[in-house]
Order: sequence, then C-alpha cells, then structure tokens
Amino acid sequence: MQTTPDEVLIARIAGGDRLAMQVLFARHHVRVYRFVLRLVRNEATAEDLISEVFLDVWRQAEKFEGRAAVSTWMLGIARFKALSALRRRPEQELDDETAERIEDQSDNPETTLAKKDKSSQLREVLSKLSNEHREIIDLVYYHEKSVEEVAGIVGIPAATVKTRMFYARKKLSELLKEQGIDRGWP
Amino acid sequence: MNATKEQTPSDIEMLLPWHAAGTLSHSDSERVAAALARDPELARRYAMVRDELGETIVLNETLGAPSARAMNELFAKIDAEPARKPSVSLGLAARMSGFFANLAPRTLAYASAAAVLAILLQAGFIASVMIKETSPGGYVTASAPSDVMKTGSIAMIRFAPQATLDDVNKFLFVNKFSIVSGPANGGFYTVRLADKPLPKAELATIAKKLREDKLINFLATVE
Repeated sequence: MQTTPDEVLIARIAGGDRLAMQVLFARHHVRVYRFVLRLVRNEATAEDLISEVFLDVWRQAEKFEGRAAVSTWMLGIARFKALSALRRRPEQELDDETAERIEDQSDNPETTLAKKDKSSQLREVLSKLSNEHREIIDLVYYHEKSVEEVAGIVGIPAATVKTRMFYARKKLSELLKEQGIDRGWP
Repeated sequence: MNATKEQTPSDIEMLLPWHAAGTLSHSDSERVAAALARDPELARRYAMVRDELGETIVLNETLGAPSARAMNELFAKIDAEPARKPSVSLGLAARMSGFFANLAPRTLAYASAAAVLAILLQAGFIASVMIKETSPGGYVTASAPSDVMKTGSIAMIRFAPQATLDDVNKFLFVNKFSIVSGPANGGFYTVRLADKPLPKAELATIAKKLREDKLINFLATVE
C-alpha cells in the first residue's frame, strides 16, 4: 500500500490542511512521545510536550526545507521542548520521578520473578543512564537515526556522536557490572 | 583489551551500534562486516550491541502511548490559530501532489478532468495577462490552449519533485514526447504524447503505464 510521504504531508500542512496534520500525528506521535518521555520521565509532561511539538510542526511547516527527514526534524523539536521543560523543573522533582517512573516499567509484579534475568537488568540500567547517554542510545537503537541524523538532532559533530555513543555503552557495561553482570567489556 | 585501546576505540568499533541498527552507509557497513568476520573479539562485542539494541526496543515499546488528551489539545490549539492563507509558492506542487495522493483512483479520474479544466482556465488567464500588453486585441480566452491540444494526443503532466532536468529530458527523449507548454501553476506541463490523436483505449494504456513511472507525479490525458 502506498502512503503519502511525510514531506508531502508537511507541504499540505503548510497550506493549512488539518487532515494532513492528523495523518502526520497518527504516524509519529507515539515515537515522539516515547522519546520525550524518556527525557522528561513524566507522562503528563510528555503528553503536554507532544502537543507543543506538533503545534510547532503546524506553525513551522512552511519553513521545512527537507534537508532532514521529517521524523528527524520533529525529534529535534521534541528534544528542544523536553530540555526546556527540564530546565523549568526543580531538580528534586526530577529525582523523585526518576526513581518511580521508568524503572517501574521493569519492576512491576510480572517481571519481579525475572529480576535476575540479564535482559531485564539491561533494561533497568538503560533507564539509569544520564539523559545525555539515554537520548543517544534511544536515537540510535530505537529511532534508527544515522550518525549524521543524531548529530543534527542533538546539535553536536558527527565524531562526537560516535564517541558519545561509545561512552554511553561503556557506562551501560559499568552499571551492569555493579549489578553483578560482567560483560568482559570495557 | 589494553588500556590504550579502551581509551581510543577504533572507528569500526564505534560504528557497531549503527551497523546493528542498519543505518550505516553501504561502504561503512561492508567495512564493519569485514572487520567482524576477521576479529572474534569484535564479533563478541557486536553481540553485546545487538543485545542492547533489542532491549532498548523492548524498553521503549513498554512505555505505552499518550492518551487522546494530547491530540485533543493539539487540535484545539490548531483550531484557535488564525486561518492560514494558502500561499502560491514552491510548496504548491508538493501540496497538490499530496491532495491527489489521497484520492481514490475513481475519484482521481473524475478529479483529473476537473483539474485539467481548471488548469486550462488558469493557463488562459495567465496567458491573457502576459500577452495583454503586446496584443492590441486585448482579452484572450481560455480556449487558446485548447487549440494547441487539438493537434495530437496531449496530457497534463506534473513530474515528481525529485525528478531532475536530466531525468525529464531522458523521459521525453525515450518516449518521443515533447513539451507543448509549461510549467503552469502547480508545476503542470502540457506534453504531446503523439503527433496524431490516438484511440481512447490506446491513450488510456499509455497513460496507465506512464503513471507507474516514478518520475511522474500526476498525469491526466486531454481528450
């Protein structure tokens, strides 16, 4: 089945096409939401932010130049919104939510029995990474962004993207080691 | 692995995550694959990368989805925005292609006829504006372009945005088509498919084949 390319939807949105906006939203809002949620770690805030992200898409569609994929452009907007929201929030609130939010995803009753499982522990430490490391891991592994696309979203050189990813993975190994899982690297 | 190697990972090692995600260029991907084939330690680390990739996906997929509130709020805000004037700009072609892409084939067929008519009217209007100063006769009606279309088999074609001039030239040369006029509003060209009027069925067959060409964004024959 042929679907309307994102770029065409953006062009239609630039012309005020509300239906095109609905299609684009339906296509991307879950991934954008998850990207934002992993950064702000609060579902209500993440929901507020994706409204803002897509409102920006609506308003800025005419300025979209097609230099990057639409999803990459939107993740860049989402990241900016998420970091701005984080700056507005007290540090204490962040720490409390860090403790209770995403980690709970792997600590629910169904997974408690599998707590010693390597996979669940890997997921647990993925949630313990710093925002800087978490976002790059998510962009590369989940959002399937190339080195250049990550560089565009995060606003750093491509070489830094590669080293940051390397050190994010290294940190992951260190956290696993603290939990008794030695991967033999680094 | 020695300390020096830890501090300065090889370029290949740093590319492993993108290799696992399938987002490397073909040449880089081949470079990594070759290194993996000859270096068992690198292959072992690649297995770790694949584990990380899998669990990152699982973790993200467990995050759920936003409630309908997000969408409701968004569209309430959009509805509150001032009405937007459709701008006749470079984006018009893309916007129109989106419009046509959304139509069902039958609807598209009906719409094509209406679109061609509208385009002819527009072309006529534009032509009248352009030649007004040089033509003491004054007003030129929309029937002018249709005179051109009486000769041969004509189609209104809009090429895909990614089509280059070279692509279009080759397309015209290979198919022995010629551009009669254009581009008009919306990026439409009037193209002569044959010097003689072709039978309806034959024209429809040609049009169907052409519509499958990736260079063609929109095509409607003019009878």
